[in-house]
Amino acid sequence: MKILVTVKEVAAVDDEFEIDGLAIDDRYVTADLNEWDEYAVEEAVQIKEAHDDVEVVTVTIGPSETDETIRQALAKGADRAIRVWDDALADAGLLDPETKAEVLAAVAAEEDPDLVLTGVQSADDGFGATGVTLADKLDMEWGAVVNDLDLDLEAGVASVHRELEGGVEELTDIEIPAVLTIQTGINDPRYASLRGIRQAQSKELAEYSLVDVGLDAAEIESPLEQTSLYEPETEGEATVFEGSPEETAAELAELLAEKGVTS
Amino acid sequence: MSVLAIAEHRRGELRPVSLEQLAAGRALADELGGELHTAVIGGDVEAFGSDLNREGVDIVHTVDIGEEFNHDVYTQAVTQLATELNPTVLLMPNSVNGLDYAPAVANRLGRPLVTDVVDIDAEDGLTATRELYGSKTETTIDVHAEQAAVTIRPAEWPTIEADGDATIEAFDATIDESAVKSTVKGFEEVGGGDIDITDADVLVSVGRGIEEEENLDIIHDLAEALDATVSGSRPLIDNGWLEKDRQVGQSGKVVTPDVYIAIGISGAVQHVAGMKGSDTIVAINTDPNAPIFDIADYGIQDDLFEVVPALIEQFQ
Repeated sequence: MKILVTVKEVAAVDDEFEIDGLAIDDRYVTADLNEWDEYAVEEAVQIKEAHDDVEVVTVTIGPSETDETIRQALAKGADRAIRVWDDALADAGLLDPETKAEVLAAVAAEEDPDLVLTGVQSADDGFGATGVTLADKLDMEWGAVVNDLDLDLEAGVASVHRELEGGVEELTDIEIPAVLTIQTGINDPRYASLRGIRQAQSKELAEYSLVDVGLDAAEIESPLEQTSLYEPETEGEATVFEGSPEETAAELAELLAEKGVTS
Repeated sequence: MSVLAIAEHRRGELRPVSLEQLAAGRALADELGGELHTAVIGGDVEAFGSDLNREGVDIVHTVDIGEEFNHDVYTQAVTQLATELNPTVLLMPNSVNGLDYAPAVANRLGRPLVTDVVDIDAEDGLTATRELYGSKTETTIDVHAEQAAVTIRPAEWPTIEADGDATIEAFDATIDESAVKSTVKGFEEVGGGDIDITDADVLVSVGRGIEEEENLDIIHDLAEALDATVSGSRPLIDNGWLEKDRQVGQSGKVVTPDVYIAIGISGAVQHVAGMKGSDTIVAINTDPNAPIFDIADYGIQDDLFEVVPALIEQFQ
């Protein structure tokens, strides 16, 4: 059995930052493994540990600078990694879910996985749509926002819980092969061990261009164009207490007492 | 040049986003000079259909298939309806279920999809506003296509309350059962503890800023001093530091206490969705730009590890 996990490097932005054109100035940005993907990797590795003959392969769209992030996934137990990038992708501007799914589908077509796990969304652009788009392109079944997964490989069914709004979960059986988008909290992602980190250095990280995966630049032309980036105007009218922690705490205590909040 | 908005319902009730879409859809339809259509799929379509007959809606389409949401059925039905009506803009909710079928529909229709939209206009081509980097920035997206699919963020538009005079039409979708490869078995309420945070008058709510599980002690001490109940944002629940039924937010509980004290909570939109109806909101956070201060009534922009102990002392 093969599990393909999509892994994205995302930008975490400092509390204070400056915008440079259509992006946050590099000085205020830290690269990290997308939080949702971290749970997807962990879920794949746990399935591998629970069953025989499972291979976990990660796939990433991104430049060579993302290799360090990909190695994090390898250090946590993925077997090998694929990264797709070239000048056409670098020049493509906004990579919308359809464009990303097109590239990922080309890799998946080659890898022929039984299960694809993606994060529900990415922490930076947050479209939340790449996984389901990918499933539809692959003509696979899917499940979005999965926070519990029980695989019955013999029956070919993934029994999942989908986390709906308002503290309600939907219990659904999904035929595999399938793409599942994984919600945080589904498991407890492990820290990479020193041994894992050492091993990750020698694991395969294959680099492909669009042509390598059978696509050309015209197929990744996004119809979406980002035209501005700005800090939203704050609508806040909060009364902010000023002073030392003791002073602000005293003001707050007085307020709470006025509101009748005391034991 | 029409707009089609797909309603959402769960367990016999229309969800509010169904009516918010009508406000977004009517504004778009006015800009496009066209009709606003809305559609409901499955459940008691007759009752839902008449409930969706609100001011500004031209036609309500009812698709009488199944009871609850199933993404395979929805994907087929919405794709067929959108193919038939050929709307300029297809609106769907940016809800958990919306995101479970909208991308597949957009893919089948060959339309670009813009998700989690907080504002949209069609005056000079379609331009959507989205948030990036967890609400820290906003961005505008121009859609270079004649037709698009869009999911709108719940609670960003008002609901349309006034009755309308729409035509209600039944739409016969043909569902290929062999392509239905998922079966909804039921629903489960999230449980865990024995406290109902929706009953609390005062909530001391804690977020990622608490850093370590053992630091929660000061939060519990504060709650005890205030005779309050402890709740939390998603990361605390994901980490297993608080029971699932103490989660406030879109995927947790919606709470409306007299006083909500948000400690070390940045105020991500998913969290705010669960607590913005609180009577008085107090935020304690080191980051003065944290979105929580946008909805707070009172704030302390300082280190919670200094403020909270000082506050406990005030009550002892």
